[in-house]
Formats: sequence, structure tokens, C-alpha cells
Amino acid sequence: MLTKRIIPCLDVKDGRVVKGVNFVNLRDAGDAVENARFYDKEGADELVFLDITASHEKRKTTIRLANKVAESIFLPFTVGGGISTVDDIRNLLNAGCDKVSINTAAVKRPDFIKESSKRFGSQCIVVAMDARCRVKTKDREKWEIYINGGRTPTGLDAVKWAKKAESLGAGEILLTSMDYDGTKEGYDIELTKRISESVRIPVIASGGAGNLKHLYEALTDGEADAVLAASIFHFRTYSVGEAKDYLKKKGVNVRI
Amino acid sequence: MIIVIDYGMGNLHSVRKALEVVGAKAKVSSRAEDILKADKIVFPGVGSFGEAMKELNKRKLVKPIKDAINVGKPFLGLCLGLQLLFERSEESPGVRGLGLLKGAVKRFKGGVRRYPSVPPIRRNLRMKFSYENFKVPHMGWNDIAYSVERIAYREKILKNVPNNSYMYFVHSYYVKPEDKRVVLTTTSYGMDFASGVCKDNIYAFQFHPEKSQELGLKILKNFVRL
Repeated sequence: MLTKRIIPCLDVKDGRVVKGVNFVNLRDAGDAVENARFYDKEGADELVFLDITASHEKRKTTIRLANKVAESIFLPFTVGGGISTVDDIRNLLNAGCDKVSINTAAVKRPDFIKESSKRFGSQCIVVAMDARCRVKTKDREKWEIYINGGRTPTGLDAVKWAKKAESLGAGEILLTSMDYDGTKEGYDIELTKRISESVRIPVIASGGAGNLKHLYEALTDGEADAVLAASIFHFRTYSVGEAKDYLKKKGVNVRI
Repeated sequence: MIIVIDYGMGNLHSVRKALEVVGAKAKVSSRAEDILKADKIVFPGVGSFGEAMKELNKRKLVKPIKDAINVGKPFLGLCLGLQLLFERSEESPGVRGLGLLKGAVKRFKGGVRRYPSVPPIRRNLRMKFSYENFKVPHMGWNDIAYSVERIAYREKILKNVPNNSYMYFVHSYYVKPEDKRVVLTTTSYGMDFASGVCKDNIYAFQFHPEKSQELGLKILKNFVRL
């Protein structure tokens, strides 16, 4: 039986991990391989590296990072952040990463999803979407898609955009709730559920995890296929292993 | 020397690296003479069936691959490399595969399925159902169950890989061999499909051993030691 996935997310800048494992004796806390190896040992199912490098020239450092990770850890990983051309994707895949996540570029030019999934296969094209609640009444909620790291509203409806991304060839959706991100109050279950029910591709819930119950809720009530979390793992609030034990006890099928 | 066949379908360096980690000498190549000189061959790949056959034909690799298999070189097909061994695929109607194994490649139907969560003890008890949404692609960690066939192969290629080990899958199509006796492992996703097949010197898996941590590397190690 297919298991639900637990995915730690690491921020990288200029080829270094800037938000990674804290309070643990890593020889070099900014080293991607050390971080990846740590989570690999803990039983993470996949890893996501989010590139927050500002300048385009320094992107090469991210490619080197992908290369190093791929040569040392035999676990699937995704790189996202600032990817805007087919060449960007090719370089990252050739460096050894398994999937790329695209966000702003896909909204600006939806055909980018089509071109890249046709060229490299849907399985490696993750469409990341940042959504914020716009309408909330008793029986109706609507979410709007934001781009440029959550700074620019687009007027796009999240459910419609998710369906469109699927029809253009996205293989997976990485869904971040901007309302809940950083709050530690749990994932946006309504949003996750709505998107998960609207598409036939896997959905990764992101934004808001503060405790293990939140992971459980996203995977059951939210119908997510995977959960992404950063701070609860980095700050060692919980280990990936603890998260999995908890989920297993609650009847969620996870890989242990 | 193990040759990892490069035909432009996906990144092959993680496969090469994984082979090196388990102690093999491996080289990525798209040259026919390398394939014919190789001790063993690994045939990975991701992408579409039709596109892959086009690339293989363009690079004139179909005959060298078949020749190498026919002379008995151990051959490991991974993911798309498993599917291409079959005759045809629903992904690319009209395209002929390598046809080294009889059968077709089919697309997962997906969708929400209902199945009894608790088997009813008496007929008059109301049956309880669970619902599961089978999404396509089949993506993530799923377990591989030993089939009743191919026990001798199992002891070789799946040595130290216990029954129901988790492996990493990413695919929308699965193989349906005509001859059920070639099935080494099955995996359940809405129905049981063949996740591993073996025939003569051919070993092939739908999942990615090079992305399946320790247990995946064990399979590669077993192949290297064949």
C-alpha cells in the first residue's frame, strides 16, 4: 500500500542551507549533504530544497548543491525557487535532482508547465502554489493565488489554478497556505481538502505545522498525500521518526 | 565494467553513483560498442515510451541492446527501462517496444475506490467500507511483495531485501506481462501490478532502487555481484 510521505523542507541560499537542522551537532550546519544525510537517517521520505538565492548568477551554486546531494544520498529530492526556463529545469535534473517545483513562472506563463512536463515527464514537475483565503462565509471559502514569494496577488482562484496546472501536465501540487504559514496552528485543512478533491494528482500540504496532530489532520481530514514541514523538524521539536510513530499509531499508513 | 545506457531520457548519474557506492565500476554511455563490450548493463530512464523508442532508434541502440541480452549479459531495466522491454504501451499507441518480454504497458485508471475495511463475519452484518483515492502518477513509497514465481531469482537479486520492503515509485503506467511466471514482485495500487520481473538474464523493476535508500542499494549490490 502506498504510504503517506513526510517531507522536511530546507531553505538554501548561495549554495548553502540557511534554514536547516538546528541544535544538533552538525559539523557544518550549512552543508546540504550533512543536512540531507541527517534527514535521510531519520527516515524522511523525500526532501525539498527551497532556493532563496536572490541573484540569478549565483543559481549555479544551487546546481552544485543538487549535484552533491544526489551523489551522497539515495533519497528523492526536489529543488524549487526561481525556476523560470526549460534550461533551469534541465540543469537541475542533470545535476541529479528528481523533481523541480515551479511557482511564479508557471502562473505568468502556464504553457511553461506544458512544455516542461512534455520535455521531462510530468513526474518531475511539481507546481507550487501559495494561496491566501479571500472569501470566507459559513458555507463558502475561496482562496487566491499569490506569486513572487507571496508578495503579488494574481486574482487566480486556487481551485481553478490547481485544475489548470493538472491539465497542463503537473505531476504534483505543493500547496502552501499563506494564512497559516509560520503560525504553528496547523495546516489549512479546508484548503488542502478542496484542492486534493479537485485534482487527481498528489497534493503536498505545507504551511502551519506546529505539532504532530497537525500532520495527522492534513493527511486524514485534509486528504493530503504528503506533508511538508520545516521548523518542527529543524528545531527538533519532533524528529521525523517520532512523527511517523505517532501517525502509525493513529492508523496512518507510513513507511517505518 | 557496467554500462548505464544513456539515451537522453532523464538523469543517469544518480544510477551510476549508486552503482559505484555498492562497489561497481560504472560508466554512462550511449555507444553501441560500449554496450557490446560491457560485463553488465543497466537500462534506466524516465519519460514517455514513444519518445524513448524514438531516441533509441535514432541512436541505433535497439540492436546492440538486444544482442547484449541475447549473449546473456546480466541486464537491469529500471522504471521506463522495464516498460520498454515489453511490446507496446498505452502511452504511445502504435509504437513498438523492444519486445523482449511479451505483454503490454497500461495506464493506471486511478480514482476513488471503495473496499471493505472490516471483513463481514456474518452475512447480515452491514459491511463497512473504506475509501481510498488512487491518484496518478503513483508517487511515493510502496511495498514490494514476493510473488510465488521466480524463487531462484529472488534468492539472487532480492538477497537481504525482505518481503514487503518499501521502494520509491514514480510512474503512471505499469506492465502487464502475458506470462505470469516472469513476475518476481507485485505491488498494490488499486490492484496488484508487476513491480519486478525476471527472465533469463533480464532483471527489471518499476521502482527506483537508486532512490530507495539502503534496501534499494542492496538490490543494486546484488546485481553487481551476480
